[in-house]
Amino acid sequence: MADEATRRAVSAIPLLRTDGGPRDRELWVQRLREEYVALIRYVEANKAADTDWFRLESDPGGTRWTGTCWYVHELLRYEFSVQLELPATYPATAPDVAVPELEGKTAKMYRGGRVCLTDHFKPLWARNAPRFGLAHLMALGLGPWLAVEVPDLVARGLLTHRENPQTHRDPPSAGAP
Amino acid sequence: MATMEELKLRVRELENELIKCKQRSSLEEQHGHHQHHQQQPGHRPKIHKMSAEVVDSNPYSRLMALKRMGIVEDYEKIRSYAVAVVGVGGVGSVTAEMLTRCGIGKLLLFDYDHVELANMNRLFFQPHQAGMSKVEAAEHTLRNINPDVTFETHNYNITTLDNFNHFMERVSHGGLEEGTPVDLILSCVDNFEARIAINTVCNELGQVWMESGVSENAVSGHIQLIIPGETACFACAPPLVVAANIDEKTLKRDGVCAASLPTTMGVVAGILVQNVLKYLLKFGTVSHYLGYNAMLDFFPTMSMRPNPHCDHAHCRRQQEEYQRREAERPKEEKVVEVEEEVVHEENNWGIEVVSEVTEEELNASSGLVPDLPEGITVAYTLPPQKVRWCSTSSLHNPAGLTLWFNPPVLVPQDSDEGAMVQETEESLEELMARMKQI
Repeated sequence: MADEATRRAVSAIPLLRTDGGPRDRELWVQRLREEYVALIRYVEANKAADTDWFRLESDPGGTRWTGTCWYVHELLRYEFSVQLELPATYPATAPDVAVPELEGKTAKMYRGGRVCLTDHFKPLWARNAPRFGLAHLMALGLGPWLAVEVPDLVARGLLTHRENPQTHRDPPSAGAP
Repeated sequence: MATMEELKLRVRELENELIKCKQRSSLEEQHGHHQHHQQQPGHRPKIHKMSAEVVDSNPYSRLMALKRMGIVEDYEKIRSYAVAVVGVGGVGSVTAEMLTRCGIGKLLLFDYDHVELANMNRLFFQPHQAGMSKVEAAEHTLRNINPDVTFETHNYNITTLDNFNHFMERVSHGGLEEGTPVDLILSCVDNFEARIAINTVCNELGQVWMESGVSENAVSGHIQLIIPGETACFACAPPLVVAANIDEKTLKRDGVCAASLPTTMGVVAGILVQNVLKYLLKFGTVSHYLGYNAMLDFFPTMSMRPNPHCDHAHCRRQQEEYQRREAERPKEEKVVEVEEEVVHEENNWGIEVVSEVTEEELNASSGLVPDLPEGITVAYTLPPQKVRWCSTSSLHNPAGLTLWFNPPVLVPQDSDEGAMVQETEESLEELMARMKQI
């Protein structure tokens, strides 16, 4: 589970200091600042390594997050909107990440488009809480899920590229406007 | 601002409300027509006092017989209790039905889901209820079965912030008499997050609850009694699971859809409600943990003390309070009952009864080790630092049992400074703005 790539991804993300959730008023503000610092560090590292793959931002209270993520497969970029809502028991329990537009297309998803993290991420979170934050959730939860699911969905014809709706196998027609 | 999801939920609620109203009005219509008849078939009026009279029309006669048989001292007491059932799925719905038929005083039902045809391999719900919220559909059925029970339903997910607070308010004030706490919470949910949410609420309130679960492969399950401070809470140790005695390598894990059987779920609901009745009506021995292995028909039992270093601060507080209460309690004099040894005069065949537990086993099971008997194991192990209550080597894993999974710890335990998030002067607003600009 923890291969070299995973360990490298994790080492690029700062660990969080504050054990506080949305129900702890002051601790939560501190924790939320740390979440942002870690996320910014991770996104900047991704950009520097040319592996930029998501944006995420929260409501003022820091419990609802929205953004986009994308995955490049056979030189085409597939982009999705992402939502997540922190549970009252965060960070003792990991939040669910939803990619609503993929709901119904894969079995590895719960109602509301919440991606299945049960096997590959939840136990990891349990062992590393409360040091892990949302950046870890993206890197070790959503990232690997997209890497498995997107190529599979494309291969099964359930996902077509927006600018190239026929099929991804068609060569781009020359001279198209 | 309401999100699309919330609006969808609201529409569903209103639809259910409408169905309910229609059913009620058609019922009233029928009642109006047949008022001169005795009683509308299938619907009985409320019964104000439980009777032990043995007549065909008394729905409580067989329950009240428990008193005559000397099993339960005061069966009517069941009407004074309020029980919250969280998760009205395969286990929760059957649990609620059993409690309804037993004549419980009040049931509070919590579930965010709606009935689907995919649920029909389990008990209780019927195909015509597909699309209704589980709590609404359950309330209809249960009210018909026993109109003496008071119902309160909440169609939401208890783990989100607002709902969590509401849930906490209802379990602390939604008892039989409004303003009093419920007597017991039953966890019949299917996920870790909801269990931790219930655990958090119960540790904070000092609320007794019972946890139940059925494995993803549908061939094992368990129930567990949690008295904050007195028995291990759900966060004291990694979740306990009943070893399935299936080779993990041969276990197929294609897709994430969990398997389920009406049998296993019925058995687990049965042992759960049995424990509830024993706990509320004070008869028999209340189990602290009872497992069910369907493959071998094996029912391991155990009890576990709370972890003094539990991650949950309210669990540690409850432990201190429990210990203080225990210390203050006047010592009961132990009455030592000496059982007379039965010695048969003749024993030509040399038959003797041998204890199932050997001396060595008894010694090994004492101490700080979570006392896991054969057949029960933990879902995963925690890093040594998290399991301060015992060394990793003593967190024993009985031979032949496999841990379900054992994820690596990626965080260096003595987390070195460099790996930690650095202090910043920036305010939250500045950080949010910076994130937007990347």
